[in-house]
Parts: sequence; C-alpha cells; structure tokens
Amino acid sequence: MFAQRAIEIENLHFSYPDGRQALEGISLSVGRGETVALIGPNGAGKSTLLLHLNGILQGRGTVRILGTVVEDKSLRWVRSQVGLVFQDPEDQLFSPTVFDDVAFGPINMGYCEDEVRRRVSQALEWVGMAGSEERSPHHLSLGEKKRIAIATVLSMSPEILAIDEPSSNLDPQGKWDLVELLRGRPETKVIASHDLELVQALCPRSIIIDGGRLVADDATLNIMSNIPLLQAHGLAPRRISVPAARA
Amino acid sequence: MRHSFLDKYSQLHSPIHHLDPRVKLALSFAFILGVVTTPPTLWPAFVLYLILLWCLILISRLPPLFVLVRSLIIIPFVVVVAVFVPFFSGGGVAGSYSLGPWQVTVSHHGLMVLWNVVVKAWLSVQALILLSSTTRLPDLLRGMQGLGMPRVLIMILSFMYRYLFVLIDEVMRMRQARDSRNFGGKRLWQWKTIGSMAGSLFLRSYERGERVYMSMMARGFDGQVRSLRRLQLSYAEVCLGVACLFLVVAVNVVPRFAFPM
Repeated sequence: MFAQRAIEIENLHFSYPDGRQALEGISLSVGRGETVALIGPNGAGKSTLLLHLNGILQGRGTVRILGTVVEDKSLRWVRSQVGLVFQDPEDQLFSPTVFDDVAFGPINMGYCEDEVRRRVSQALEWVGMAGSEERSPHHLSLGEKKRIAIATVLSMSPEILAIDEPSSNLDPQGKWDLVELLRGRPETKVIASHDLELVQALCPRSIIIDGGRLVADDATLNIMSNIPLLQAHGLAPRRISVPAARA
Repeated sequence: MRHSFLDKYSQLHSPIHHLDPRVKLALSFAFILGVVTTPPTLWPAFVLYLILLWCLILISRLPPLFVLVRSLIIIPFVVVVAVFVPFFSGGGVAGSYSLGPWQVTVSHHGLMVLWNVVVKAWLSVQALILLSSTTRLPDLLRGMQGLGMPRVLIMILSFMYRYLFVLIDEVMRMRQARDSRNFGGKRLWQWKTIGSMAGSLFLRSYERGERVYMSMMARGFDGQVRSLRRLQLSYAEVCLGVACLFLVVAVNVVPRFAFPM
C-alpha cells in the first residue's frame, strides 16, 4: 500500500462534551515528506486538530493517514504511524527513567526486548541525548525534556510527526537547536505553533486556523507577507508602525 | 527545581547496592516478619537482629548517622501511640506515681508492650531505610514487578514517584505567587486562600492526569501494562539471599531454645 498523501482530512467537525465547537469543517491534505505549520491564535483549535491525527479525539468527517481511515479498528496502526508530541513534556514523560519513557511506545507495539533496546538507543542518538537512558526526567533541563519527548515518538519510527508548540518556554538557543533537530528529520511534519520565527525557519507551507475554521493555506512566504491577514487572526501586532515621536 | 529524591544515597556503589532488587525486597520483608514474630521477652534475638542489620548497613557504606537520624524521625509517631499503653493494662505493678490529682500506675505488662512496639518498629524502619537507600526507586519497582506485584499498582507507584516533585514545584510556584501579592489579613481569609489553592492544585493535577493519559494512548497504550523483563538473578545472589534468610530465621528461632523462659 503506498499512498501519495500522508494526511487527508475532509470536512472535520468536532465539539467538546461541554458543547464548545472546536473544529468546524476543516479540510486539508498534506503530502508525504512535507513540513506544514498550523498557525493561529490561542484557542483556535490547533491542538484539537492534532489530537485527531491519531484518533485520540474522533470527530465527524474523515481523517485519512497514509490512505487509511482513522477509526477504532485502525487505531493501533495509525498510532504507530503518527507520533504526537505534546506541548508540555511533563505530560509526555511520565516514567521514572528516560529509558522507560522512550521504550513505552515500542513495548506497546509488541517488539522484542533487543529490538526495543535498539530503538531506544537509536532514538536517543537521533535527538542528541545518547547515553541518558538511566536519567530521571525530573532532572532534565526543559530543552532536554523536549528532545526526549521527541525521542519517545521517534522510537516508534512513525511516518508522520505531529508536534504541538515545540518552542514554547524554550530559550532562543534551545529553540534553534530544536529547529536544527527537526530540520534534519525526514518524516512528514505538522507543527502547531504561534512562533512565526520557527515556522519560517522550518515550514515551507502554512495553514492558518481560527475559530475552528481553516482560514488560509498557502506558502509560508506569502502568508507572512500578508500583514492584514496575520493581524486579522491574532498573529501580528494590531499596529505595525515606527513608534510615533512623543510630544 | 532539584529535589533530593526519596532514594538518597541509592547511587553509591557497594555489594548491597548492586544486589538484585528482588533479593533485597524479599529479605527486607523476611527480616521484618522475623522481627515482628519474635517474642518481646527474647532480648538476645533483638540484639542479634540489630547486629545483623548494622553489618549490612556498614557493608552498604551508608553514612551511619544518616540511617540513625532517619530512623529516629519515625520514633515519635510510635511513641505517641505507645506511651499511653503502660498505664492502661493489667499485670504486676512496676511503680506508682501521683501526678497532682491523678494516681498513675505503671504495669510490667504495659512496659513490655511499649518495649515490644518501639523495638520492632525501630528495627523494621531501619531495614526499610537500608532497602530504600540502596535501591533506586525504578529498580525497586522492577523488583516488585519481578516478585509478582500487579502491574497497575506498580504503574501507580511510578506515577507517584514521577509527579510528586512536579506537584511540589507547582505548590512552591503557587505560594510564591500568593506571597508576592502580600498574603496576610485575617485568619479566616488565610484559610480561604489556602483552601482555594488546594482546590486549584487538585484541578490542575486532574487535568494533567488527562493529558498524561492522552499521551499514553498516543503511543499505543490500550489499558494493558506491558514491560520488559530486565532482571537476571545470578547464582551468587540467590545464595546470598538464601543465606541471609537462614540467618533471619535462625535469629528468630534459636534463642527460643537457647534462652528458654
């Protein structure tokens, strides 16, 4: 089975149990190997959309991953193909040691012990954290936690990486290190962020989501130069001008 | 923030530290069982237990003062419970004192009960300090699993170990935020503030729990807890474990015949 498209979403609607409408008719398609940014203001529905990519949430409409519809009976496979990295690494790293965390996915996928060990050391090497297996997540720096969080999904060798706010709370150096790391990954990447600097550095294509709707889908260059569009969706200051001389 | 973990000194190197956690767990359990089942009048047995335990503590290179101080921290709890016992039970009268309007009588039997509680608790606590200070908690959990403890319980314990300090950090941040807004005022107001802090801490933990669960599902968790078997018992470790076990049993049984009452 070889599908050209990594992700296809058709007319996806989702509302939370409290009735709040989070997604209203999202349709989009991402090709294999593409790196796409999901941008939009706080509460736009970016994280909710990411949670649909591997079936944590299931709304009305269809989500196809590598040609397979996300539904209950395909969940296991879909989750091995879509690596979801959460915004707060404290949520993602829940085990007493780094090894246990990175091994969690492969163990759930049923690999034998040698294979699990191979995958863990490979994933840690990929994110530049080789040899930190026995460390405790609590004693890692935030930058290191983010890297380990990425390693926890890389160890499942997913086809698609879905990353929520990779740069939040990172210092500039940590952020650029992370950009470097992600740029070197061959997977299809969907990155939800409102860090436009990071988006421009990583993603040739950007999708703006606001109020649960898809507002724009274009080359990042075009979107970034469309100041009125950015302003209308909370992505640029209300006034961009040289500070007026004070009286 | 960096906290000293529950398993302080567990990174040291000694034969005890490198012993298989299952052997250590089983031995600690056997030791405590031995101590608890020894009749309180069998004084030599308790001396032997103490010697045996302290041999192990010295081999493990734990600072003796650390073990003593830690074990004393537990004593007040026992004493509070035990200190009233001598005054309320029958048996021969050991002494009678008058404290103001009260006539206090201390019975032999009561003193024996007190001694029984204190010495057994103290020995058991020291054994647990030895166990928890020579075994990293992840290893301890693996040991429990190896001994057949249900995986769900192990997982709960490991979550506790992982998030205890995240929670402490959160409480500290909340306190800083509170103090920086000049916390003070009436007593009732203070209690209200503390109450709502506890409430919001609970909500935050609850939400974190949801997010952790989502991140587990995202990595293929389906409610079944799987794990790698990573422990291998060496022949020497088994021998050592059996030898220590015999010692504990011997200390429990032999003095009963050597010092018949």
